[in-house]
Amino acid sequence: MLLLGESGSGKSTLLSLICGTILPSAGQVHVAGTDIATLSGGKRDRFRAEQIGVIFQQFNLLPFGTVTDNILLPLRFAPERRKRAGDAKVTALALCTSLGLPDDVVSAKASSLSVGQQQRVAVARALIGQPPLIIADEPTSALDATSQTAFLELLFQQIADSASSLLMVSHDPRLGDRFDRVVRMEDIARIERAAA
Amino acid sequence: MILRLAIASLLARALTVGMTILAIALSVALFLGVEKVRTGAKASFADTISGTDLIVGARSGSVQLLLYSVFRIGNATNNVTWESYLDIAARPDVDWIVPISLGDSHRQFRVMGTTQGFFEHYRYRQGRPLEMSDGVVMDDLFDTVIGADVAKTLGYSVGDPIIVAHGLASFTEHKDQPFRVSGILEKTGTPVDRTVIVSMQAIEAIHVDWQSGAQIPGQSTPVEAIRQMDLEPKAVTAALVGVKSPLQTFALQRAINEYPEEPLLAILPGVALQELWGIVGIAETALLAVSVMVVVTALIGMMATIFSSLNERRREMAIFRAMGARPEVILGLLVLEAVLMAAVGTLLGLALLYVGLTIAQPIVDAAFGLWVPIDTPSMREILTLLAVIGASALVSLVPALRAYRISLADGMMVRT
Repeated sequence: MLLLGESGSGKSTLLSLICGTILPSAGQVHVAGTDIATLSGGKRDRFRAEQIGVIFQQFNLLPFGTVTDNILLPLRFAPERRKRAGDAKVTALALCTSLGLPDDVVSAKASSLSVGQQQRVAVARALIGQPPLIIADEPTSALDATSQTAFLELLFQQIADSASSLLMVSHDPRLGDRFDRVVRMEDIARIERAAA
Repeated sequence: MILRLAIASLLARALTVGMTILAIALSVALFLGVEKVRTGAKASFADTISGTDLIVGARSGSVQLLLYSVFRIGNATNNVTWESYLDIAARPDVDWIVPISLGDSHRQFRVMGTTQGFFEHYRYRQGRPLEMSDGVVMDDLFDTVIGADVAKTLGYSVGDPIIVAHGLASFTEHKDQPFRVSGILEKTGTPVDRTVIVSMQAIEAIHVDWQSGAQIPGQSTPVEAIRQMDLEPKAVTAALVGVKSPLQTFALQRAINEYPEEPLLAILPGVALQELWGIVGIAETALLAVSVMVVVTALIGMMATIFSSLNERRREMAIFRAMGARPEVILGLLVLEAVLMAAVGTLLGLALLYVGLTIAQPIVDAAFGLWVPIDTPSMREILTLLAVIGASALVSLVPALRAYRISLADGMMVRT
């Protein structure tokens, strides 16, 4: 699903609501059938770790950690995802390979990678342990046009392989025809206003 | 993994982290160094005199008697008559007795009249005897043995002549009877270093033509004539006493204190030294307080470093949060970093201390006669180091709680 909206239209706030790092002042947020507002803070964080893989616009990685450290980080907070990942290091390496990253990159420091490589590591991190939902917040905005296309190809392919759902946020309507569903922030806002 | 990331994060900020660790290391080294010097000074002080069971003098105060007889500070209010001295010496429980006669000086150093027994029985630093670095113990009436500081300050060597001045700050000199340096003592770190030692008879000899503290005008007995005279002392300033059995010490002390012929005072050197340290010890506490403040300053410096790093690390915290880390993990991470810094800092400080001690030990011993022992850290020191690490965890809670609140408010999205 693609969520389209201009900057300042509330996309990031919506993502934070879905991830449970902020709570709605009214109403309910259901993620994978769970009303996350009813969970305690700690449970919400655990829920996020287990259910959601997150890809930011840029600066996705801990610059001082190795690529492996970065990919394995979410498993540290999600025991069930860790179980699903099997031998986490092997899985991480396999993900890197299928994302077109050279083998020796896994032991490199994240800060030594190019932006494109960093974004692919971020995808590997989001995908490891197959969380049902992947949230990507304008993951291509730091890439040039050619890299964007290549990156999206890889992303879609991997999502298809792991049977996860993708919720991607963008301000670029041209991406729309590649998604099953496209939702515009204006439409959500209109529904909201109509309900009020 | 969290530990490895914390270490990697610290390494990525090597410069500021290194400075913080260095500050902690230096403060810890300073603190432990002060502690070492403090205990060393206390031990050195207590080691000024050992092997002596009682010090006997005219009745005054125990600290005063200790000050003038051992430290050569201040003056005796009265002397002990030679008869009383012989009486005590003749007691069956007395193993040995060494008389001390003070009152004259050479330049800024005190002159002490005593017997050969002083060199045999005086002990310092847990029973170490006096040793000659050059020459021999005085043999002739006008021979003198000088302490290491006297020789160094005045540039004397064996065979040099010395003229003793009457009194302590006096221009009247015993010119007619010059002495000759027969020996120089090894450095001891005790007041002996600053003493000119002559025989009891020599003290009598230089005062032959004196009466009531002044030279009899026109009278000067030739040295040859003095040598023929009976130079039995009339009085001593104090006496060091050794008993045959330690059990007799208190009985002898009581007997001397109740001596009917003359008001006398016998003190146990160890007890009097402790009383004296009780007075000197206030400076010791102040020194300790200052070095504690230095450690506290270093820890506050670390807190400031963590605080200033928080803003540039908001992205890092957001990543942790997005991965499902609870805000408590962020808090724990910062405390862990602080504990790591403090642990490395204290270990480095400990290493610095031992390097410093190894270099400084001979210098300090030679310059101040202060023996600072190098040994494995005591339980007390280890506890101190653990306390520093614990305090660092406590101090880091302040920025860590702020990080907790920031990460709770920021969530995954960094608002700048």
